[in-house]
Amino acid sequence: MQKELLEKEKFKPPKLAQKFLKWFLRNDLYEEVEGDLEEQFLACLEEYSLLKAKVNYWYQVFHYLRPFAIRNSKLIHLNQFSMFKNYFKIGWRNLIKNKGYTFINIGGLSFGMAVAILISLWVYDERTFNKYHENYDHIAQVVQHTTANNKIYTGTQHPFPLSDGLKNSYEEDFKYVVSATEIQEHIITNGEKNFNELGNYMQVDGPDLLSLKMIKGHRAGLENLHSILISKSLAERLFNMEDPLNKIIKLDNQDELKITGVYEDVPKNSAFRELAFIAPWDLFLSSNTWAEFYLDKWGYDMSPVYVQLQPKAKINEVNYKIKDIINNNVADEFYNNDQKISLHPMDKWHLYEEFSNGENTGGNIRFVWLFGSIGIFVLLLACINFINLSTARSESRTKEVGIRKAIGSLRSQLIYQFLSESILVVVFSFFIALGLVSYSLSWFNEVANKNMEIPWTSPFYWVTGIGFILLTGILAGSYPAIYLSSFQVIKALKGAIRSGHLAIKSRQLLVVFQFTISVILIIGTIIVYRQIQYTKDRPVGYNRDRLISVNMRTNDIHDHFEVIRNQLLASGTIVEMSESSCPLNTYCTGLGNFDWPGKDPDFLAGFSVFWTSPEYGKTIGWELLDGRDFSREITSDQQGMVINLSAAEYMGLENPVGQTIKHDEKDWTILGVINDLIVGSPYESVRPSIYMFAPSVSQVASFSFSPDISTQDALRNIESIFKEYAPGVPFEYQFADQLYAKKFNNEVRIGKLSSIFSILAILISCLGLLGLASFTAQKRTKEIGIRKIAGASTFMLWKLLSKEFMLLVTLSCIIAVPFVLYFSGNWLDNYEYRTNIPWWIFAFASLGALLITLLTISYQAIKAALMNPVKSLKSE
Amino acid sequence: MKETKLGEFEEVILLLVGILGEDDAYSFKITQEFKDQTGRSVSIGAVHSTLSRLEEKGFLTSEMGKATAERGGRRKRIYSITAYGRRTLEISRDFKMSLWRQFPQFGFEFDGLNFSR
Repeated sequence: MQKELLEKEKFKPPKLAQKFLKWFLRNDLYEEVEGDLEEQFLACLEEYSLLKAKVNYWYQVFHYLRPFAIRNSKLIHLNQFSMFKNYFKIGWRNLIKNKGYTFINIGGLSFGMAVAILISLWVYDERTFNKYHENYDHIAQVVQHTTANNKIYTGTQHPFPLSDGLKNSYEEDFKYVVSATEIQEHIITNGEKNFNELGNYMQVDGPDLLSLKMIKGHRAGLENLHSILISKSLAERLFNMEDPLNKIIKLDNQDELKITGVYEDVPKNSAFRELAFIAPWDLFLSSNTWAEFYLDKWGYDMSPVYVQLQPKAKINEVNYKIKDIINNNVADEFYNNDQKISLHPMDKWHLYEEFSNGENTGGNIRFVWLFGSIGIFVLLLACINFINLSTARSESRTKEVGIRKAIGSLRSQLIYQFLSESILVVVFSFFIALGLVSYSLSWFNEVANKNMEIPWTSPFYWVTGIGFILLTGILAGSYPAIYLSSFQVIKALKGAIRSGHLAIKSRQLLVVFQFTISVILIIGTIIVYRQIQYTKDRPVGYNRDRLISVNMRTNDIHDHFEVIRNQLLASGTIVEMSESSCPLNTYCTGLGNFDWPGKDPDFLAGFSVFWTSPEYGKTIGWELLDGRDFSREITSDQQGMVINLSAAEYMGLENPVGQTIKHDEKDWTILGVINDLIVGSPYESVRPSIYMFAPSVSQVASFSFSPDISTQDALRNIESIFKEYAPGVPFEYQFADQLYAKKFNNEVRIGKLSSIFSILAILISCLGLLGLASFTAQKRTKEIGIRKIAGASTFMLWKLLSKEFMLLVTLSCIIAVPFVLYFSGNWLDNYEYRTNIPWWIFAFASLGALLITLLTISYQAIKAALMNPVKSLKSE
Repeated sequence: MKETKLGEFEEVILLLVGILGEDDAYSFKITQEFKDQTGRSVSIGAVHSTLSRLEEKGFLTSEMGKATAERGGRRKRIYSITAYGRRTLEISRDFKMSLWRQFPQFGFEFDGLNFSR
């Protein structure tokens, strides 16, 4: 009996669904709908299982959630709901009514928010640097801290045996240890096509460590000595649509390698973004015969080493274990330095890339803080506009507040009201800001040298966006909300409320804050530009005009140097050409084993060394201070050297020319002293450098064009020489002046960004001021009318109306000074070669700020002052 | 399509009401018939809301049927097509016909068969 009942019960529609249906469905529909649904349930039961029928019943019930079927219950139309509707309606009407203020509010907020969004995209991009590599939190680069002359120098080059040493001794800590070469340009050739491509040689585990995403082939593709992995974009350039796998390409016109894999290009925010190919490390060793000598030497720093830790390993413990591995193994009596190693984790490579005295001190994180705070401040400025305008104009809404309170509004409800109004404004601004951002993103990417996109589809982004709207809305709306809702009913209705002393004071405080920030940003920008200009004006020491250099990875030009030089000289193409071991813009070799008369035996000396052909000086036009240049005719010059002024001072030689220097157990004579050339960073002092004549040097060829020939012709002539003598080498040249200009990229970028932000900051502040000025002028219409009748001149009225704001801005300028001195002083301290901060910058910027303020408020002031007193006194 | 204001789904539902006739033209049956005829499944709620919309537009009228034992004594709402609804369906059909006749390849066939009265 019971069982039967249960059976019957079982084949009934789900009760909960029925209850739910009854709850929301219109009463007059209930009978027919329930009947229909039951019929459907039974029909379903005949065909399918009970479960399916029940699920279907729920499905049908949910599909009745349609406007026509839902009862007009008070449960749905809550009182709160209509109140919010009313808030938004009133808010909307207010926006429409005061178009000018609305424009100022929304305009300012959208610019502020656009800046904040751009900067947060940028910060996000910076913070996700290198996170493309799956195991970024376990990857590290080995760094070496060498102590010399009581200072610790940190470098990334290590002796060849280090990687095997780490692998064998600490197997339990390292998953992979990979030796690699620096990423450099190499020639990649496929038949007729040849390109200069950036790539490196890596040990077999390299692609696994980088977790490259393979499109074709596999990560273990470097196992064979004659194999190579290439990026997708390089594959497309080499083979168009063809399948690149197992094709043979040539590396540096020397090694024929089979493509065993194609990987997805590494994105721009990774340290390996330029990696267009990876060749096997063993190939590097076997094709560079000189390397063999160093294979087991612990005393020579040769190549970077990357590691991936085991998941369990702790980086600090590993650091402690491995720190002395070089010291313990070095057998060369010649190297008695202290050389400790440690691991620099991948997530710190980009933002904390600097080492000072062996400690990881920071680096790009500075810019994250700098721009992050600029973003927040610019947004804050826009919020202040909103706060000031709403509190200033509160009087126009006192009656509304009074009536609402009299009817029974609670204070919290009024706060909700004003907050929902500010959120309304913020939502509008947010969408305009999104428009501005998507419009300006490509420009911003170019300036910031990034590849950022708005992540439209990411839910995280939208959640952040909503959070951002609420935050800004509350930030901008909370003070006006609290202030406006605090009015007393009777006073409010009587209209007796005047902006209190406190309200005016806080408004002034906020204006001062706005202008202080703006002035700080303006002066900061001026100082950045001044520093750039100062460094650009620094004497470079050589002639960059019409000078090109070509990086050579073959000996084609070197082998025909004489012939080529004569041909180019004869055709009037060049003034001179030369070869050197280093490019014009890099110190690429550092050597220590030099000995000179009067050297302190304990002093560990280090020099930058350039091996060059004898024509180098004439090609780049260096400035000889003393002695003479190299000469090909004098054979003894092969034992000669030219040193720069810094080197002469470094060695402490009174009369350097003619002195004998010991190097590699040979005697070298100083032939001449040249003025310092800026090779490295223009912000640093020039390193002591030695130029030596080396007949075999071939890495970089430089050409200085003759003044009688056009650049295009000169390039064409040189290119045809290349075609003739070095057919397998792509003719890719760089202009010396462009190479030099690149050294300023970072600072120019900061300058551009900060100038944009400071212009926006001052614009937003002025917008706010404009609003306030027009409001004061409006409020004082009667007063001005009476003053005019009493005989005040336009000028006097203008002065009267402008005085308050001018005082505030002057105050801001004064407050800004110590902040600027502090921050820009800190910033300039990063540069060895730096400009000063003269007083006139402050005077200039303050004057500028005052002028802009005056222009902003004068329009309103003069308009008010020119008004006909008859009209302004007539009303009421 | 002139002033008939009839969507594709509405038109099909309207036709189905006509097809099912006096006894069976209520939401559940119409839904089933729709599925049988078109192969598309649709919820009863969707059909019901369309029916009530069609009623608002005046294409349909409805009244509660008699109580029957089959669904626990609950009554059905039976829909029937109005003259205006029928007229609208005809206008809609004629309009489509006139379009089809202008359609290059098929126009001939229709003309040949004198399909359009």
